[in-house]
Amino acid sequence: MPIFINGREFELKPGETVLEVALRNDIYIPHLCFHPKTGKAGKCRACIVEVEGRRGLLTSCNLVAEEGMKVVTDSKQVKDAQKIIVDLILSSGHHDCLSCEQNGNCELQDAAYYLGIERPSFDLAPAEIETDNSSEFIFVDRSKCISCGRCVEGCTRTVVNEVLNFANRGFETRISFDNELPMGESTCVQCGECVQLCPVGAIIDSRMIGRGRTWELEKVETVCPYCGVGCKLEMHVDRQKNEIIRVTGVEDSPTNEGMLCVKGRYGFDFVSSQDRITTPLIKENGKFRAADWAEVIPYVGKKLKAIKKEFGSDAIAGLTSAKVTNEENFAFQKFMRSEIGTNNVDHCARL
Amino acid sequence: MSLKRTDVLLCCGSGCVSAGSLKIKSKLIEVIEQHGLSSEINIIETGCMGPCDYGPVMLVYPEGIFYKKVQVKDVEELVEEHFLKGRPVKRLMLKSEDTIFQTKKDIPFYKNQVKVALENCGYIDPEKIDEYIAMGGYEALGRAVTEMNPEEVIDIIKKSGLRGRGGGGFPTGLKWENVKNSESDQKYVICNGDEGDPGAFMDRSLLEGDPHKILEGMMIAAYATGANYGFFYIRAEYPLAIKRIKNALSQAKEYGLLGNDILGSGFSFDAEVRTGAGAFVCGEETALIASIKGERGQPVSKPPYPSESGVYQKPTLVNNVETLGNIATIINKGADWFASMGTATSKGTKVFALTGDVKNTGLVEVPMGITLHDLIFEVGGGMVAGKKFKAVQLGGPSGGCLTADHLDTAIDYESLREKGAMMGSGGVIVMADNNCMVNIAKFFLEFSLDESCGKCTPCRVGLKEMYTILENITAGKGRSGDIEKLENLGKTISGTSLCGLGQAAPNPVLSTIRYFRQEYESHIEAKSCPTCVCLDLMHFDIDKDKCIGCSLCAQKCPVNCISGSREEKYTIHQADCIKCGNCQEVCPVNAVDKISGAAEKEEKLNSVAELYQ
Repeated sequence: MPIFINGREFELKPGETVLEVALRNDIYIPHLCFHPKTGKAGKCRACIVEVEGRRGLLTSCNLVAEEGMKVVTDSKQVKDAQKIIVDLILSSGHHDCLSCEQNGNCELQDAAYYLGIERPSFDLAPAEIETDNSSEFIFVDRSKCISCGRCVEGCTRTVVNEVLNFANRGFETRISFDNELPMGESTCVQCGECVQLCPVGAIIDSRMIGRGRTWELEKVETVCPYCGVGCKLEMHVDRQKNEIIRVTGVEDSPTNEGMLCVKGRYGFDFVSSQDRITTPLIKENGKFRAADWAEVIPYVGKKLKAIKKEFGSDAIAGLTSAKVTNEENFAFQKFMRSEIGTNNVDHCARL
Repeated sequence: MSLKRTDVLLCCGSGCVSAGSLKIKSKLIEVIEQHGLSSEINIIETGCMGPCDYGPVMLVYPEGIFYKKVQVKDVEELVEEHFLKGRPVKRLMLKSEDTIFQTKKDIPFYKNQVKVALENCGYIDPEKIDEYIAMGGYEALGRAVTEMNPEEVIDIIKKSGLRGRGGGGFPTGLKWENVKNSESDQKYVICNGDEGDPGAFMDRSLLEGDPHKILEGMMIAAYATGANYGFFYIRAEYPLAIKRIKNALSQAKEYGLLGNDILGSGFSFDAEVRTGAGAFVCGEETALIASIKGERGQPVSKPPYPSESGVYQKPTLVNNVETLGNIATIINKGADWFASMGTATSKGTKVFALTGDVKNTGLVEVPMGITLHDLIFEVGGGMVAGKKFKAVQLGGPSGGCLTADHLDTAIDYESLREKGAMMGSGGVIVMADNNCMVNIAKFFLEFSLDESCGKCTPCRVGLKEMYTILENITAGKGRSGDIEKLENLGKTISGTSLCGLGQAAPNPVLSTIRYFRQEYESHIEAKSCPTCVCLDLMHFDIDKDKCIGCSLCAQKCPVNCISGSREEKYTIHQADCIKCGNCQEVCPVNAVDKISGAAEKEEKLNSVAELYQ
């Protein structure tokens, strides 16, 4: 038997929650703390729904879907309560969409739009602006934080760095790096998982600030060039300037599930570096000149053969890179051993 | 434990200790020794006897004489007159207008009480296991583990109708059965001693006054559910309770009542104390479990319930102190006896901490179903002199305020909830007519706001918003529509919060709006606090007809805002007045009145000198 959401029938998979069934079928229920990777949290309470035969409002993120369940996500009672909850969040922070980097890519904005909240209506004292720019790549604005806990979950359970946690309690709750250190002085390794998970503009890439609206940037999916793991990532590119503005992990990639390391996420300067070598070079009379692969490959082959002939196989050593794949590294050592005939082969990860 | 001709029971509950009972004890020992009576008189330190307002209190057996407010200077007279010459000291006895209550059983405070959980509290020395055993202690455990199987034990508890005394009111037997039915190699029992309601001290008194009874209850619960390890979760603010439970554990171990193969039954059990850091939310069972595991004390969504996955993901039974305090007696006296007390849905007795403007503040245990009137006016002895009953707050910051119209309400879980209050853990705060209900609601809400863990939005942000509105109302900045806003927010917070703290936190506001709406309206519309509690909505004024021009008020005014002369009488310059109330206190002829509504402020004076020009 299927599950009924707003009168429509949906098949359910074992163990799925009501929110998961709804999202899978493109039914939007506002949710701010749930993320497929960090799982249910039941914290923001925005995902409340009504279920026939059950008392009161229930959070759909931790409500296991059952056969025959009749769920309503858009009744007046549900929407009124959702509106108050999202309004409270909007009222308690410094949520200024005009200047926010996450404008257009913000889950709180989506929820407010869905519920028709034009502006915050509660009189809470405006949050004090408290920013932390002590770290190299990540900018933290606590006045935008909605205490959803995704960053804490991600840091603790997904990447297991255990740097982020909550400090204080009640209305004073705030995220903390180690024991309330500035992020730059904490044990944070700048993997950026918290940036990836933050639903609002509280934790963002510092280098993207002021460099383009999210909808202006072209998203290009590619594979990380750094190591053999092959993390899938998305480059956010300013085509006009031909610059990479930011990099995010691709959540549905089985290799990395959206996670990246500091190099993959933030080490993209080299792409547009002036010093970058873009063609093979041949040294002649003590000076390099540009060449192309068609010229270089036979040239190297010729030289290797000559050295092997004159000085023997062991006069040659091969050094490869962690940036290429395991298969390429395997092929390289095979080439060194069987073609060149030497065991002098190594890899930069041993340096 | 030696038998002597006189037993002096000295209450050493926290209230009496802070009133000086330990000093009295050392003086007693000294004076008794001086008179050579050491071999004839036993001095026994007991747990709380109940009437805290009269502390330090003392009971002398065999006569059963009850002494109140005993001071160190009274000890010599007591020993000489009573213990030596056999003439009880009348001036230390409890009196009403026309009677002296000689013995404990004469005292009206005790007359309507039925003690089950508190049966030994105030009678035995809580630090001596022998005294507990002499009162029939550990008999129930012995019977349970040797004569009954776990199903039979659960059956008795189910039949007794006992419900959780921590506030939730979940049927205890059913909870036990759920834990028993959860398959696991390891199960735990937790005694929830994280009592945190302002003004509540039921669990504290039980842990301090009869620790073995709680331990015995926990062991029976463990036997019935298949657990073999227990945690006493007690807040660090209760050092005496922690000490006494630790002492009880080591004594029970020494007697072979704790450990492996208890009483040769094959049942093994051990327990330890875990100290809470004082967060109110840790009284919520999932937050408590997180705290025991060393995590941040905040609740998690249920299901799974602790009965399936609790401490270290193992099935865990969490019972309140008072709930466990009833178990041994139910096993001994039977389910029918227990179920004969109370109402259709709420059986047995309930311990309450009576506080506020009531004569007999203290710890009481009454049968369920007693009316609020009997609790406050019979057991509690009525309002303190000269005050009129206005409201009673039941269930602490999670509860609600009821009015004089509800005094006939029978105290049981359902009736209270229906009226907008709740049983809670048993705090009863009686308020006289000089209390401002808006201010009271603000006080309780401030408590919940402080204690919110911050995990879920409605509680974290919503309570702050409600509090901000109340602050504005009491400061004269209320706007029309505020009441509706409070109601709307309150209902949403109740309906959407993650745990009981948030779900119940708006109750004091919602119930005071329900029963005292006109007070809110008066604050908002007329900018006037009818009880003159909210300083921004009242002012002091000097009645010129009464004023005798003595100038005392002007002399005592810390901001020099009163001027005048013997002839012209005195006037308060409202713009500078800080409403400290000194003038009213010192006026010999009661010419200074509190007047509701803010004063019309005249122009602020630039200097004190202008006053005298």
